[in-house]
Amino acid sequence: MRFMLLQNYGPVGSDCAPMTEWSPEDVKAHIDFQHALNQELLNRGELVDAQGLAGPDQAKFVVSDGVGAPVVTDGPFPESKELLAGYRLVDVETLDRALEIAAQASAAPGQNGAPIRDSIEVRQVLGAPDPEL
Amino acid sequence: VSEAATGRPGGPGTEARLRRLAPQVLGAVARRYGDFAAAEDAVQEALLAAATAWPADGPPDNPLGWLVRVASRRMADRYRSEEARRRREDLAASWSLAPPDPAPGRDDSLILMFLCCHPALTPASAIPLTLRAVGGLTTREIAAAFLVPEATMAQRISRAKAKLAATGAHFTLPSGEERPERLRSVLHVLYLLFNEGYATSSGPDLARSDLSGEAIRLTRALRAALPDDPEVAGLLALMVLTEARRPARTGPGGELVPLAEQDRSRWSRPLIAEGVALITDALQRGRMGEYQAQAAIAAVHDQARRYEETNWPQIVALYGRLERMTGNPMVTLNRAVAVAMVDGPSAGLELLAGLEDRLGDHHRLHAVRAHLLEQSGDPKSAITEFKAAAERATNRRERDYLTLQAARLI
Repeated sequence: MRFMLLQNYGPVGSDCAPMTEWSPEDVKAHIDFQHALNQELLNRGELVDAQGLAGPDQAKFVVSDGVGAPVVTDGPFPESKELLAGYRLVDVETLDRALEIAAQASAAPGQNGAPIRDSIEVRQVLGAPDPEL
Repeated sequence: VSEAATGRPGGPGTEARLRRLAPQVLGAVARRYGDFAAAEDAVQEALLAAATAWPADGPPDNPLGWLVRVASRRMADRYRSEEARRRREDLAASWSLAPPDPAPGRDDSLILMFLCCHPALTPASAIPLTLRAVGGLTTREIAAAFLVPEATMAQRISRAKAKLAATGAHFTLPSGEERPERLRSVLHVLYLLFNEGYATSSGPDLARSDLSGEAIRLTRALRAALPDDPEVAGLLALMVLTEARRPARTGPGGELVPLAEQDRSRWSRPLIAEGVALITDALQRGRMGEYQAQAAIAAVHDQARRYEETNWPQIVALYGRLERMTGNPMVTLNRAVAVAMVDGPSAGLELLAGLEDRLGDHHRLHAVRAHLLEQSGDPKSAITEFKAAAERATNRRERDYLTLQAARLI
């Protein structure tokens, strides 16, 4: 089963300051944690992909009717906190395992090393049809 | 087969030959060193070396001997290092106590299948290990088929081998009393492997469709080793009878075409003939097992020239037997569809009534109920059920199909 674990820019459970206001040591600890988690998922044969996305300031929204020139909207956006920050795509045996990984990711170290308690959205990726039996 | 696809250089001829030789080489090396996990890695390396050397220099006079020699050299290199010596000491306890197998060669594929499909492994680990160790596929091919990075798949396989070593399983055929359960486990893994490939047959999922071909090849090898086992024959029959319908199962856009609407002229006649012969022979051998029952159902469908000519009473009877054997609520669901064809949609709907508790809120239950409601002249309720099914579907094609059905009735 494949799951997308999605992370938004929204407020985090720990209410800590944005990362740009952390000490360099805290930032490094956070990044190291992400790398270590990805390595752990790879070693377990579960990692499909993990990516961080460029900041919301660089986001663009495109709308088109397929005929005229598309309308491209640049940031900044008032709703930028709802934008996607990054994702992990994992291939696991059960939903419980996906939730366990999400919990691990949510508890990443934040400011002063306290768990950041980010809210991770867990979504199953539509797979191949089940056996016909 | 290109190098980019397999991760091994060399043409399709070399490729097929290496896949055939893989289990024999692994059998010989694993038996000699008593270390299955390391032997499996060494054989992978030897196969890669052969794929480079053989097309360039011409194949050796004794291909099997060549591969065993190269793989053994890799094993020796491995044991020479300090780390490997420690590894050998650790492994000695679990592997080296196995007595040398007195019947090498012919049974190696069989021993490997029993080992790789060990009940201690989940199917998600047993399948890639079987594909590599018995099927001779490269890690890259397996990773591509399962749409994960090569490094992830390599880890999954080595973890499976570590787990296997921890169970203390030996490179020998399972003992008599253990054997039926171990064979069930092998059949289950091959069945899931087949479905993995059969479910997807076009578009971005194309690479996966090779998996059902691999499942058939491995099941043929299993049948060659156990020609008198009716369930092995039943599983092979089920696979070829299902594979026969593949060309008609998806439309030009990859959309699902249900059995009732398939163009039966596109079904493979040779595969149907083979499957019917296999299942007919198996059924004469005694008690019917669940793969035989499923194959018999597939054979009834495949032998109907038109959907309307399907022998539904026979299908009802076969699902009834399968239901008693397995107690699987999915089988009851299928029986309800067949019952509706014989006794009308309300008889089918009645059967569904008791299924909710056992199946839960499964999309298939909603989908079948939707079809039966439509047949009974209640399109409004059918739409609700098609929508409920689409919302709960966990795969794209089924969701697309169900959404389309709801839209068709509105």
